Amino acid sequence: MSTAQPSALSRREWLLSEQPASRWQARLGRAYATWRRFLANKPGVLGLVIILLLLFVAAFASHLAAYSPVVGDLKGARLLPPSTGHWLGTDDLGRDIYSRIIYGSRLTLLVVVLVAVISAPVGLLVGAVAGYAGGWTDAVLMRITDIFLAFPKLILALAFVAALGPGIENAIIAIAITSWPPYARIARAETLMVRNSDYIKAVELMGASPFRVVWRHIIPMCTSSLIVRVTLDMAGIILTAAGLGFVGLGAQPPLPEWGAMIASGRRFILDQWWVAAMPGMAILIVSLGFNLLGDGLRDALDPRSSGQ
Amino acid sequence: METRGLSAAGAQAEADGTRAFALLAPVARFLVIAIMTYLGLLAVTFFIGRVIPIDPALAIVGDRAPASVVERTRREMGLDLPLIQQFYIYIKGVLSGDFGRSVLTSNPVMDDIRRVFPATIELATIGTLVGAFIGIPLGVLAAVRRGSLVDQVVRVIGLIGYSVPIFWLGLLSLVLFYAKLRWAAFPGRLDIAFEYSFTPTTGFYLLDSAMQGQWDVFWDVMRHIFLPASLLGYFSLAYISGLTRSFMLNELSQEYVIAARAKGVSETRIIWGHALRNAAVPLVTVIALSYAGLLEGSVLTETVFSWPGIGLYITNSLQNADMNAVLGGTVVIGSVFIAINLLSDQLYRLLDPRTKAQ
Repeated sequence: MSTAQPSALSRREWLLSEQPASRWQARLGRAYATWRRFLANKPGVLGLVIILLLLFVAAFASHLAAYSPVVGDLKGARLLPPSTGHWLGTDDLGRDIYSRIIYGSRLTLLVVVLVAVISAPVGLLVGAVAGYAGGWTDAVLMRITDIFLAFPKLILALAFVAALGPGIENAIIAIAITSWPPYARIARAETLMVRNSDYIKAVELMGASPFRVVWRHIIPMCTSSLIVRVTLDMAGIILTAAGLGFVGLGAQPPLPEWGAMIASGRRFILDQWWVAAMPGMAILIVSLGFNLLGDGLRDALDPRSSGQ
Repeated sequence: METRGLSAAGAQAEADGTRAFALLAPVARFLVIAIMTYLGLLAVTFFIGRVIPIDPALAIVGDRAPASVVERTRREMGLDLPLIQQFYIYIKGVLSGDFGRSVLTSNPVMDDIRRVFPATIELATIGTLVGAFIGIPLGVLAAVRRGSLVDQVVRVIGLIGYSVPIFWLGLLSLVLFYAKLRWAAFPGRLDIAFEYSFTPTTGFYLLDSAMQGQWDVFWDVMRHIFLPASLLGYFSLAYISGLTRSFMLNELSQEYVIAARAKGVSETRIIWGHALRNAAVPLVTVIALSYAGLLEGSVLTETVFSWPGIGLYITNSLQNADMNAVLGGTVVIGSVFIAINLLSDQLYRLLDPRTKAQ
């Protein structure tokens, strides 16, 4: 207790103890081991850093941005190349591209989080119920899932937004509608693996309702593989949202959505390349971050499927 | 559950000596799945076209039309009928190739699609060829030399392929290859100089110009298709090379590889003759799926390269609120997509003897 060193060591030993004294200790220990595995994966850590940076930028956008994201200097600052005054140049309406990208991170985060929050629970519920109930319920739910899986996602999202009307909320709904089926498949596969295990039988014998079994004992088993899959899908969600923005169906002007920014820079691509190039760079970096993080999480959470 | 039920029924039938049923069961199952999936697609597009808009008739005649006109249009469109009957009429129309008229071009949507679809097929086909011919050898090399430079390259290609917005990469490649290096031609399919001297017969310009012996046209088409096809090819390559690698790793760890090595079979033969041949079965599925993916991915690529295919047709119609054309295009791409999906699944069963034995 006198120095920090032995206490840190003992804390580590406490975490990695083979005989945890409490459920809490076992959980913390497992989390610690997972964290250590994750840290060993350099690209995964890089992905985590990128995503943390995205969160930071989105949270402090108003402090980081030097100019307004929507109001530009039409008279004096149209289509300026990158310089010390405007780090990433300005667009055709004299707006600072750096500031727009900073504020755009909020939209990207909004899309990703909302799509995940809508589609992951839906998929999880469909898959867990289908796997646990079996029989006709399973057949019907999985047939519907397969039908949705066979659809072309981007085209369907385009058609949905075309009918709902352009806008970022409708883009989010359209992407969410097309992205839940893989989660249902994963959740069902995980459920089938644990359905006949002893602990489920024990809970059932104790009189737990099917709702409780699914909610308290099956869904928690599905979460780790689902988290990995959702993280890996984030890049795809960002790309689809940007694609919708690019064809004018996503966020509407003057919102600084990255895909829409590329579209507006398209007219100047040959002479003022930075207008379209910079927001694309931002999309690439953030998607890369999610992909790297997802790979790292997969290796850390699910050592079986790693090393491919 | 369904699988289990049907194969159990199959075993029962075989025991009875009626082998016909055992053979027909998978076919019937496939048909049921295909019909249900297509019905699902049509239900979704019907929902998008007829249910989401508050008043589809108003969407066509505009909100300034007199009430009597709106009422008449509504009756003509069958909007006064019950929804299920409307759906039935819609399916009947689609099956006979009737998607209504495009507001933008004032042609029947099906005629428009027939005109533009070959351009998309041509682009996606060349893209897939590029992806397969470069991606498979790369993936094999990456698996054989794990951790080597090739392996790293395949990893990076895959990561970027899954992370980069295709339309952005397209714009940048236009700057580099069209504006700076002058290797690629101006966006479009053909130089305006050839528009009148060349009459396509099939709509596949490469094929048409070669068959007619117009080699200057052929060369010009090549200069136009090279950039968008390479771009699509890159995405196909990212997908195919990564999966080839993991299939090959799986095969190379099998016992038959050790047996072949013990017999003294050369390493080249083991890799390209034995392992790749076994990996080829899932690879066929992967290539088919990547082809379907490119058909869909062409929407954004065609917009960037002004490629007059179905993707550009859909985006142009979107910007003009031409829902008939949008939904027609969606149904056509969706149908091809689903067909490739289902057929590649069947092909896998046919090619893999293990699934046949069951």
